[in-house]
Amino acid sequence: MQVNETFTPTIVAFCCNWCSYAGADLSGTNRLQYPANVKIIRIPCSCRLNPMFILRAFQRGADGVILCGCHPGDCHYTTGNYYARRRMTLLFSLLDFMGIERERTRVEWVSAAEGAKFAATMNDFTQTITRLGPNRRLEDLRCKVE
Amino acid sequence: MQRIGVFVCWCGSNIAATVDVETVAQTLAKEPGVVFSTDYQYMCSQAGQELIQEAIREHRLTGVVICSCSPRMHEATFRKTVEKAGLNPYLLEIANIREQCSWIHKDKLTATQKAVILGRAAIAKVQLNAPLTAGKSPVTKRALVIGGGIAGIQTALDIAEAGFPVDIVEKKPTIGGKMTQIDKTFPTLDCAACILTPKMVDASQNENIDIISYAQVEKVQGFVGNFSVTIRKKARYVDEHKCTGCGLCTEKCPQKKVPNEFNLGLDNRRAIYIPFAQAVPKVATIDPNYCAMLKSGKCGVCAKVCTAGAIDYKQQDQLITREYGAIVVATGFEPIQLDKFDEFAYSQSPDVVTSLEFERLMNAAGPTGGTLLRPSDGKHPHTLVFVQCVGSRCDGAEKGKSYCSKICCMYTAKHAMLTREKYPDTEVYVFYIDVRTPGKNFDEFYRRAVEEYGVHYIKGMVGKVTPQDGKLKVQASDLLGGRQLRIDADMVILAAAIEPDKTARPLATMLTASMDTNDFFTEAHPKLRPVESPTAGIFLSGACQGPKDIPETVAQASAAAAKVIGLLVKDSLTCNPCTAKPDELMCNGCSSCEKVCPYGAITYVDKSFRGPNRTTLIRRVAQVNPAVCQGCGACTVACPSGAMDLLGFSNQQILAEVDAICR
Ligand SMILES: Cc1cc2nc3c(=O)[nH]c(=O)nc-3n(C[C@H](O)[C@H](O)[C@H](O)COP(=O)(O)OP(=O)(O)OC[C@H]3O[C@@H](n4cnc5c(N)ncnc54)[C@H](O)[C@@H]3O)c2cc1C
Ligand code: SF4
Ligand code: SF4
Repeated sequence: MQVNETFTPTIVAFCCNWCSYAGADLSGTNRLQYPANVKIIRIPCSCRLNPMFILRAFQRGADGVILCGCHPGDCHYTTGNYYARRRMTLLFSLLDFMGIERERTRVEWVSAAEGAKFAATMNDFTQTITRLGPNRRLEDLRCKVE
Repeated sequence: MQRIGVFVCWCGSNIAATVDVETVAQTLAKEPGVVFSTDYQYMCSQAGQELIQEAIREHRLTGVVICSCSPRMHEATFRKTVEKAGLNPYLLEIANIREQCSWIHKDKLTATQKAVILGRAAIAKVQLNAPLTAGKSPVTKRALVIGGGIAGIQTALDIAEAGFPVDIVEKKPTIGGKMTQIDKTFPTLDCAACILTPKMVDASQNENIDIISYAQVEKVQGFVGNFSVTIRKKARYVDEHKCTGCGLCTEKCPQKKVPNEFNLGLDNRRAIYIPFAQAVPKVATIDPNYCAMLKSGKCGVCAKVCTAGAIDYKQQDQLITREYGAIVVATGFEPIQLDKFDEFAYSQSPDVVTSLEFERLMNAAGPTGGTLLRPSDGKHPHTLVFVQCVGSRCDGAEKGKSYCSKICCMYTAKHAMLTREKYPDTEVYVFYIDVRTPGKNFDEFYRRAVEEYGVHYIKGMVGKVTPQDGKLKVQASDLLGGRQLRIDADMVILAAAIEPDKTARPLATMLTASMDTNDFFTEAHPKLRPVESPTAGIFLSGACQGPKDIPETVAQASAAAAKVIGLLVKDSLTCNPCTAKPDELMCNGCSSCEKVCPYGAITYVDKSFRGPNRTTLIRRVAQVNPAVCQGCGACTVACPSGAMDLLGFSNQQILAEVDAICR
């Protein structure tokens, strides 16, 4: 495998509408920079994240996937992020089993007030993924549209 | 076949400066299903909205994608726009290319590429959007105000006047906030108590207002129109209904050495206390940290002297849960701690005081009865040095605050003026970086301090204060005179920066309301929606949103009340139609979804289905009550058969977005 020096990873960030998406907006409002590799998908709650979405992202060539939700105890829907946390733990062991590096998926709690944390998290995550290099393990080349 | 229209907004130069909007519009025009694509300066303007509506009609659009600011900003606006043109409002998607693109990137090429991808994802999603119709949810016609300072009081009074019940939750034993501690108020110099205490009494006597003092919000659930809030009312060990506020206990309590927080520790109170004479509610409170009875079971003096039988050492915290339609945050501010500013010798000499302490020292109801005396020896001070901007406008945010605390210039002018007026034998120096006095009659006020009262205003900073031989040696620079000054002062008064209350951040988290990096609450729009939080149903009042003086605080408080009233007069709000929906043919009635639903929105019914060979099968299937479902989506992931899906955020829609981003 050839390691490309100018590798720019594709990163999908699932953000809950109430905390993390608002946190992401706040880092924009405060003009806090983070890499353009990160593309955000808005979901109502972190518990809306079906692990299948993450597998699909990897299959389609994402190099890293991050889920951001409200801090435990602060879920807009009271308990959603607890479900998300449990489901992600299960997904982590599945990904381990499939040989996907543990660092390629991450869960972070970012509140609507934590614009700085959002930007810092995305900077750090992008660095981690860049260091890991492209994700080839799950990528299904049949999925590529030319 | 889908007919999608794409509208790329410049947002003036907010987007257009970093994103090549024309390229985005042209590139997205080539996406499958897109029949119309354009860019425009301000999509949210009347002309922009008309442009969208015209395109919908002319091109018979079946879906609309707007590449603009965050959907948290204008999704509602654009939904209305498309609806007026005859399109279902849920056939709209917004690609957030401002907050999540143009504002965080500097390189135009990168930002443009990203904007294209975000637009693509929205196009992919909108192809799968289904028309949705929103239901209605009722509005609880009661408001909660958190914080009972002048801001909270004014908001509550206005809401109550309009006929709606409102509760004030105040963490201290009395309402009133910082204004109760202030002596006289700029720019008119009327006494703070004279204008505040009648309002406090009004609040306590208004039958629409319920004051829950010595209490804090513990839990917030629900959403706009339908909040459920749990309030912890701390045990004050005195029955509020029995206590008459006579104050006998506070004279007889043997624990005399308790620092009096109302006078900022400048004198002492007892373990049982009433903060000040005009406190509302005027009832005694036992401080459990100092009460001998509560600590060791030995004393009980207050219970013996209380003729009303109000003392109750066994009182417990009380949890109150109530429903509200709207919540107003009015948690105010605190002066910062000065431990990082020891060059001013605040911790070394009692004669170095903060401005708020100075208010108490000048106040007729304060520890000295209004006679200005040096805290160290009780002597009359002759030379006073005021230092402005202590902790405000700091370069490095580690030491102080980057912002201007806004009120200090004015209250320092007030202090200097009042000192000279009361004690013409004093010399008063004010050290400042700039004097900032915008505001009605403010600059005139400051000039009076200089011209009429002969206060020495010196541009420059105080470098060091050293207590020596009963004096405070002040070393300072006079920037305009270009010289170093040494002043032997009797008192030094520090205009400490102000910051939000320490409890504001945990409260913001509970309310899912945003804050800025300084912990001031952020408004929904800095210019156009200054009294609302971005979270629907949460409103902002007073200094919790940013430094403010009393006139500004009251203006904002009334504005917030008007917004609350506007919400509470509605009988119902439009619900979120993005609710869960099971596919009955796939559902096997396993109950997995019911278990995870936090709102109990899911029930099961037996339904008949056509089986093979003309038979009828009775199967148990899930049903979602759309009025109860809040659309979190927990059930959709729990469902093992993939029967449950979420309208507006369906599996197919999210996967389409994933595909578009990873393409
Ligand atoms: C030294 C000094 C002098 C001043 N002089 C003047 C002047 O002359 N003229 C003028 O116009 N302005 C003056 N000001 C400014 C004035 O004090 C403020 O504008 C005003 O007090 C702001 O009111 P507020 O209700 O927003 O906040 P506050 O007065 O701080 O009230 C907030 C209230 O909320 C309560 N609270 C906080 N957190 C919670 C919570 N989590 N739960 C429940 N309750 C909570 C607090 O206990 C408090 O009672 C002065 C300020 C200072 C520091
Ligand atoms: S507790 Fe009794 S003694 Fe104390 S203030 Fe109330 S009525 Fe008076
Ligand atoms: S989406 Fe959430 S609230 Fe709605 S039925 Fe499913 S679990 Fe309940």
